[in-house]
Amino acid sequence: MYKDGKRRKGKMSKYIAIAGDQAAAEAMRQIEPDVVAAYPITPQTEIVMTFSQFVADGKVKTEMIPVESEHSAMSACVGSAAAGVRTMTATSANGLAFMWEIVYIAASTRLPIVMPVVNRALSAPINIHCDHSDTMGARDSGWLQIYSENAQEAYENIILAVKIAENENILLPIMVCQDGFITSHAVEKVEIFDDKKVKDFIGEYKPRQPLLDVDNPVTYGPLDLQDYYFEHKRQQSETIKNSLKVIPEVIAEFNKTFNRKCDLVEEYKLNDAEIAIVVLSSTAGTVKVAVDKLRERGIKAGLLMPRFFRPFPAARIVRSLRGKKAVCVLDRAESFSGHGGPLFNETRSAMYNQEDAPIIKNGIYGLGGRDIFVEDIERVFVDLINIAKTGKVKSLVDYIGVRQ
Amino acid sequence: MRKKTWKEIPIGGLIDKAGSAKEYKTGEWRTFKPIRDEKKCINCLICWVYCPDSSILAKDGKMAGFDYEHCKGCGICASVCPVKCIKMVKEEKEK
Repeated sequence: MYKDGKRRKGKMSKYIAIAGDQAAAEAMRQIEPDVVAAYPITPQTEIVMTFSQFVADGKVKTEMIPVESEHSAMSACVGSAAAGVRTMTATSANGLAFMWEIVYIAASTRLPIVMPVVNRALSAPINIHCDHSDTMGARDSGWLQIYSENAQEAYENIILAVKIAENENILLPIMVCQDGFITSHAVEKVEIFDDKKVKDFIGEYKPRQPLLDVDNPVTYGPLDLQDYYFEHKRQQSETIKNSLKVIPEVIAEFNKTFNRKCDLVEEYKLNDAEIAIVVLSSTAGTVKVAVDKLRERGIKAGLLMPRFFRPFPAARIVRSLRGKKAVCVLDRAESFSGHGGPLFNETRSAMYNQEDAPIIKNGIYGLGGRDIFVEDIERVFVDLINIAKTGKVKSLVDYIGVRQ
Repeated sequence: MRKKTWKEIPIGGLIDKAGSAKEYKTGEWRTFKPIRDEKKCINCLICWVYCPDSSILAKDGKMAGFDYEHCKGCGICASVCPVKCIKMVKEEKEK
């Protein structure tokens, strides 16, 4: 701001101290969706609370629907998106679980709804703290999923998500995940882009086949039996596959507009690394500190943080991990397969039959918000050093930070 | 009717044309087809009353045949016919 209170053409960003939930609400304020239907649930509550305040204060013209449950929230979003307007909601854990039926319907009906999800453990026993069991359970729902390391990324990913979801070659809903409490409630310095710049970037929403276009009537959600259901699923898989080509184009536009260096995956000191950790969201920050400490001791450690989990950027992951000696994939979710967590299984599967594939093991950590410390990560790296040296894996799946 | 491939259909399971349900020939589901012996039929139209798919055609108070585009071959007509003039015959499906 200048003295006369007007912004100059430079389109300035501003830096404010806010928590991840508020950062998500800020993104929603700038996006100003036509409809938000949401139900508050810890630790997502502050997103709905802050955004409701924006609505009440007249800062946005959004139609806010304070529904009676998450099942209704997603149902209202499906109706709104099908009607043809930009639609958002937000949830966590049991709220996402309660939406379940409609979550699949939103994706299969190809409705570009953007939903910040603040990751929290699923019951039982009841727990309000962070793990990824909620969104990992929804990994086969047909939604795209972006995971955010910190409040800044949570903010940016929501803006990016709108542009990806509404891309005419994608048209799929997106979950933008951030870690419950760790990111959602910790105050950080966040760069908030200029309002107009965000609005210009996302542009005006032009629905593809809106239900309310009475001149071109369409039927949403008809019965689809043995004769066509499979064809519709085949379309969906092709769209997901194709999105791996489209998303980098949208990211490039985002990077150019906001002077960023986003990518499908983020690498940290990985290029010359011999051992590496693969992890999503806030723990990537902890791993970076551990990597720096090990590098000081001359150990070539690195990090790979997939920003996108859906679509699964398999080719990028292969490119990043090829030639490493030993890799540990850290999962903040248990898939109860008896064979490791979801990120591990997909990463390992992507590396199978690849030349120069590293030995890959799994660490399950942080369930129900159990803290993970730099020392824990260092121990993982020490284990990897031994594996790289001996070629032997003592245990394929470790539980990190649990009392033995 | 030739069924379309996944590349030819609207996305999201949408139907982008109004009134298209009339093009949907549910008779394709049929495994057994009702055949009437006209000589035996007494035109009581009990079949017409019972048919759950309105697939018994009637004209001038008489049984006038079957709507094979919608008859799903449930066999209720054959079952309720008091003179047993309707036989259920296995369909020869086109490949």
